[in-house]
Amino acid sequence: MATEILMPALSPTMEEGTLSKWLVKEGDTVSAGDILAEIETDKATMEFEAVDEGIVGRILVNEGSEGVKVNTPIAVMVEDGESVDDAAQAVETAQTKTPESAPKATAASPAAAAPEPDTSPDWPEGTKLKQQTVREALRDAMAEEMRRDEDVFLMGEEVAEYQGAYKISQGLLDEFSARRVIDTPITEHGFTGLAVGAAFGGLRPIVEFMTFNFAMQAMDQIVNSAAKTLYMSGGQMGAPMVFRGPNGAAARVAAQHSQDFAAWFMQIPGLKVVMPYSASDAKGLLKTAIRDDNPVIFLENEILYGRSFDVPDIDDYTVPFGKARIWREGEDVTIVSFGIGMSYALEAAEILAKDGIDAEVIDLRTLRPMDTATIIKSVQKTNRCVTVEEGWPQGSVGSYISSVLMQEAFDWLDAPVINCTGKDVPLPYAANLEKYALTSTEEVLEAVRKVTYK
Amino acid sequence: MPDTQKLSFHVPDPGLRPGDTPDFSHVKIPQAGSVRRPEIDESPAEMRDLAFSIIRVLNRNGQAVGPWAGSLDTERLIEGLRHMMTLRIFDARMMTAQRQGKTSFYMQHLGEEAVSCAFRLALEPGDMNFPTYRQAGLLIASGYPMTQMMNQIYSNEADPLRGRQLPILYASQEHGFFTVSGNLATQFVQAVGWAMASAISGDSRIAAGWIGDGSTAENDFHAGMVFASTYRAPVVLNIVNNQWAISTFQGIAVGEAGTLAARGHGFGIPALRVDGNDYLAVHAVAKWAVARARRNLGPTVIEYVTYRAGGHSTSDDPAAYRPKEESAAWPLGDPILRLKTHLIEIGAWSEERHVQAEAQIRDEVIAAQKAAESIGTMHSGRQPSPREMFEDVYAEMPAHLIRQRHEVGY
Repeated sequence: MATEILMPALSPTMEEGTLSKWLVKEGDTVSAGDILAEIETDKATMEFEAVDEGIVGRILVNEGSEGVKVNTPIAVMVEDGESVDDAAQAVETAQTKTPESAPKATAASPAAAAPEPDTSPDWPEGTKLKQQTVREALRDAMAEEMRRDEDVFLMGEEVAEYQGAYKISQGLLDEFSARRVIDTPITEHGFTGLAVGAAFGGLRPIVEFMTFNFAMQAMDQIVNSAAKTLYMSGGQMGAPMVFRGPNGAAARVAAQHSQDFAAWFMQIPGLKVVMPYSASDAKGLLKTAIRDDNPVIFLENEILYGRSFDVPDIDDYTVPFGKARIWREGEDVTIVSFGIGMSYALEAAEILAKDGIDAEVIDLRTLRPMDTATIIKSVQKTNRCVTVEEGWPQGSVGSYISSVLMQEAFDWLDAPVINCTGKDVPLPYAANLEKYALTSTEEVLEAVRKVTYK
Repeated sequence: MPDTQKLSFHVPDPGLRPGDTPDFSHVKIPQAGSVRRPEIDESPAEMRDLAFSIIRVLNRNGQAVGPWAGSLDTERLIEGLRHMMTLRIFDARMMTAQRQGKTSFYMQHLGEEAVSCAFRLALEPGDMNFPTYRQAGLLIASGYPMTQMMNQIYSNEADPLRGRQLPILYASQEHGFFTVSGNLATQFVQAVGWAMASAISGDSRIAAGWIGDGSTAENDFHAGMVFASTYRAPVVLNIVNNQWAISTFQGIAVGEAGTLAARGHGFGIPALRVDGNDYLAVHAVAKWAVARARRNLGPTVIEYVTYRAGGHSTSDDPAAYRPKEESAAWPLGDPILRLKTHLIEIGAWSEERHVQAEAQIRDEVIAAQKAAESIGTMHSGRQPSPREMFEDVYAEMPAHLIRQRHEVGY
């Protein structure tokens, strides 16, 4: 069969070169490894070898030609007994073959195609409830999952003997021993890589970051290895694991210890991102996270650890990902938040109710997957939306929600969406500055009054 | 007045650059067979000398000598020779295929074939390698089909990695070959984690981490050593010192004192240095380290002293940064030639059989290449379906990706 010899590339960035010299002529028999020609590029001169044996059927580009584009046919090789005309025909056929046409990108479908939100309750009516702190709920979730699945283990700094810097792993070392509750050396990058390897090895690690601020050191392992390996390995090897720990501002710990990374992690395909507010969600979502076959970023909050909430007294209580929770139904405005932002959202809604403004408050709970259907449906009713988060404004979770609403609920909006976020500065230490740098109930009230024109 | 002087800044220098006469007199090479072989349960503190010498088995005359000789029978040695020859011919074909525009990129093993080919024979099925980009011998020696490798390199419709990875960043769980990371060194600590998981699970499988001389400067190398030492993970930590990180000579990563193997000492990990161009020595040392891991004796660091005879990849020209003749002056010779000489010396091989084997292997490689090219290459033939793009982002495809896939018509 006739084969084309193409203008070679010395590197992927080379676009063209000079065919300086042919060392063979038409009719010559060549074997693999014989030098056919010399090619000159901006970088070097290169000898171009034959790959297979054959006869030089036709030379298509004369020596001395400059600016020969890479992959242009420069000669045709034929096999013994084949004529050059056959070769020419073969080339023509090859050139008229059209490659599989590229898929056409189409604009996102309109809101009409959006799926209906799942509005089922998290637990059946009449379920017995108990008061529990977020801290206890997280501990219970890990303990239950570790009892359920021998492959689950916890590792991090101070998680075993000290029972966690924020006492989340209380009692776990006693119950599960040092084989499954593991104190690590102080290198986030190191133990994250270690856990990623353990996940590839078939276990289900829970990695505790003392705070997510320290996870910055481990971003390469999280983003480049944990999140992408299932994809890169053609589906052969993934990393079922959970990265958890406090995220966002606490109190008086300043710039390097008070950051909300929700928007950062939310950007990465391959990761799932959870940021619970209540104790029941902390429990139900952490159990779901541990069972998930993908890497999950589980963002907790130091201030919320000690807060108590109703938790259903159910064996094996789980909450699905991608399902927002409507904390309060309302007609006048939609307030969307997650994590500690919910405190401001709920407090604002209470005050607004007294002023006669009926706010609907949505807790996203998971940021990836994000339940945008619930937000859209709510905005179709209220025609107004305010988002609340502690993170920085540029590229925030709120700015993503705004863009979704612009594209999918534009016709229903009666006012621009307002994003309440932290100020665009590293968090200062001084108490008064710290308070001002974060978002607040007052800011949410102000935003709601703006969008409702009151 | 204190005795002070003006401070000067020091940058290590290879001493020789293009145009200079190659000189490897600084590489101290002990006689083959002269380095002792400790018991596998010997205390790391008692074998510190092994990080500063070079374990060698094959001598100048092609005889296998000393305490590390005899780890493989003749049949396995011939198999090993074939693996190395296959890898070399495979590389040569793929280098040319890259020049012909059939793939964008390639990296060859020239001169380093013994390291990965011999190491593979020391492992059992189920063990896992976390390789870098220059250990395809692990695949060749485990019987991974060459056509599959080429399908990956060409990123065609049959690419087992479905058009998602750079050429040669292979992955095959079944063949104990973890997906190669384009970011250097991440796999080193992951290997330790994988090994630790095996230990937590009470399994019998071990892991092997791989890293090059240049990337030992990465955090992951040091973290890997910390964790391997702390949790005594069943892992072999392989450092392939091929002297050059692209144009940066190994002195930049390691400084001019000590050896890479000696870095194991600070962590209390046994560390051995071996002649990476000596197939028999590589296998014997690998077997020793694998046995330690399997017997719960923990990690071993191995430094393979070898030389990258070709360019780093298809994107660089070594003549621009080192003397042209340096490769020929490398004192540990060529791994294929050395094993061939040994087999002839013991009467198990001949020049004729070698020529015959070369022709036969070339035919096999060409047949594999034709099979791969009949499916497609970088810019022609059958390419991965756009459908592949959306799969394996998550273990189960989420609704928004199904929607996006439908939107582009798949």
